Amino acid sequence: MRYSGFRVIKEALTGHKGWKPVWRDPEPKAQYDIIVIGGGGHGLATAHYLSKVYGQRNVAVVEKGWIGGGNVGRNTTIVRSNYMLDGNEPFYEFSMKLWEGLEQDLNYNAMMSQRGILNLFHSDAQRDAYTRRGNAMILHGADAELLDADQVRKEHPYLNFDDARFPIMGGLVQRRAGTARHDAVAWGFARSADSHGVDIIQNCEVTGLRIENGKCLGVETSKGFIGANKVGCAVAGNSGRVMGMAGMRLPIESHVLQAFVSEGLKPVLPSVITYGAGHFYISQSDKGGLVFGGDIDGYNTYAQRGNLPVVEDVCEGGVSLMPVISRARLLRMWGGVMDMSMDGSPIIDHTPVEGLYFNGGWCYGGFKATPASGHCFAHLLAKDEPHPVATAYRLDRFKTGRMIDERGAGNQPNLH
Amino acid sequence: MIINHPLLGPRDAAEFTYLGDASLIDRPDWQAEDAAEAFYDYAYLRDNPAGEHKELWYHEAGDRSWLVVTRDTTTHEISKVELARDVARARGRSK
Repeated sequence: MRYSGFRVIKEALTGHKGWKPVWRDPEPKAQYDIIVIGGGGHGLATAHYLSKVYGQRNVAVVEKGWIGGGNVGRNTTIVRSNYMLDGNEPFYEFSMKLWEGLEQDLNYNAMMSQRGILNLFHSDAQRDAYTRRGNAMILHGADAELLDADQVRKEHPYLNFDDARFPIMGGLVQRRAGTARHDAVAWGFARSADSHGVDIIQNCEVTGLRIENGKCLGVETSKGFIGANKVGCAVAGNSGRVMGMAGMRLPIESHVLQAFVSEGLKPVLPSVITYGAGHFYISQSDKGGLVFGGDIDGYNTYAQRGNLPVVEDVCEGGVSLMPVISRARLLRMWGGVMDMSMDGSPIIDHTPVEGLYFNGGWCYGGFKATPASGHCFAHLLAKDEPHPVATAYRLDRFKTGRMIDERGAGNQPNLH
Repeated sequence: MIINHPLLGPRDAAEFTYLGDASLIDRPDWQAEDAAEAFYDYAYLRDNPAGEHKELWYHEAGDRSWLVVTRDTTTHEISKVELARDVARARGRSK
C-alpha cells in the first residue's frame, strides 16, 4: 500500500476503513540467510537496505520487545554531519544524504526538517577549533558556515550574548542539519523492510548464540532456535550482553543518557542549538515542546533512568544559555542506555566468530547515523566487506592504534 | 545515588567522579612477555555486566580517597563500599 495525497482523501471519504497494519506479525521460519538481532532504528534500517538495495530476500529481524522501543524512541531526534575526522565525516555525510532522500525512499513521512544546527563558541580558541571543523566538513562535501556574534544575534536574539564569563562570540552552522520524527523513522524502515519480504519477529528475545567450531549457526530465542547463515547484532546499549553470549568482551561500557522535554510552547527556537560553554543542546518539536539534553550520567548502568545531579546540571546549562526558558516547566524526562566506546566512535565489523557481525558503540550519536549504519551494515552482511565510508569502524582498531577520537579524551568512555 | 563512604558515612554521588571497572586496579606487568596483549585487554576491553559491578569512584569534592563500590547496574543499588587502598593491598598491589 503506497501513501499519497490521493489515498488520504479517498480514505477520508470512505471512513478510513482501508488502512491496514503496515507490517506482518510472522512466526519465525526454521532457517534464514541473515538474521538481524535488534528491531531498533539500526536493525530495521539494516533490514531495509539488505532487502531493497542488496537484494536479500530471506532475512529476519528479531526483537525482544516491540520495534522502536529502545533508543530510537528515546533520543533528541537531531540529524547532522558536523564531524571532523577522516574516519567519521564521510560516513556521517553519507548518512545526511540518505536522510535527505529518506522519505521518498521509504514512501513514509519521517517529518525530516532541515532547520539547521548552530554550534555556539565563546572563546578565540573555540572559534579556531570550529573554523577548522567547518573546513574539514567542507572538504568532505558537507556544508558549514561560520557566523559572528551579530549574525547569530539576528537569527537568535533571545540568547544570552553578553554573559560576563561566556559571551557568545559566534557559531558554526550547518544549514542542512535538523531533526526527524524518531518513531516514524523506525516505522518507515519496518514497513519498507516488511514489504520487501523481511520477517520482523517481535517479542522474541535472543537468549543465546549457537556457535560450533568457531562458526555461528543461528540464535537461541524465547521462540526456539532459529538458524541463519549470518547473524548481525545491532543492539547498541545492550551490546555487552548479546556479544557476551559469544564469549566476547567489547571496548564498550553501557551508560545512561537522559533527555528532557518541556511543556508545549509557541514557536521560539528556529533551529537546533548547542552550547559551547556547557554541555547542552536544544531544539523545539513540532508540538512545541523544547527537547533538550546534556551529559551522560557517567557511570555504568543498564537502567533506563538517570539521577538528579545531571538533571540539575543540564537545566543550569540551558538557563545560562537562554534565560528565556527559565520559567518553562519540565514535562517529561527519560533515559536511554548507550554503548559508550573507548574512542567515542562506533564499530561496524565482522567478529572473530565466522558468520557473526557486530554493529554498535554508537555512544549518544546513534540516531543521526541510522540510515548510514543500516546501509553499511547491510553492505557488510551481504558482501562480507566493509562499505567504503565505514572502513575505519573496525573492532580491532584499539589493538592496532587506529582510534577515531573526535574529543581526544582517550580510553575513558564517560568523557566522550 | 548515595554512596556510604567507609570513613565519612553517606555522601551524595555528585561529590564523586567515576573512573570505571575496579579491574583497573590490576595494572599488568609491563615487563611480561605478553605485556602488549595484556595492556590492550586492560586499557580497552570491559566485562560491562548487567548486574553486580565493582567500580572505582573518586571522592573529588571530599577527602580525595578512591573507593571500590559494588553496585547493581540494573537497579543502581549499592551493596558494598570499600577503600580502594584496602582492596589493592588485599590483592597485593601495593605495600
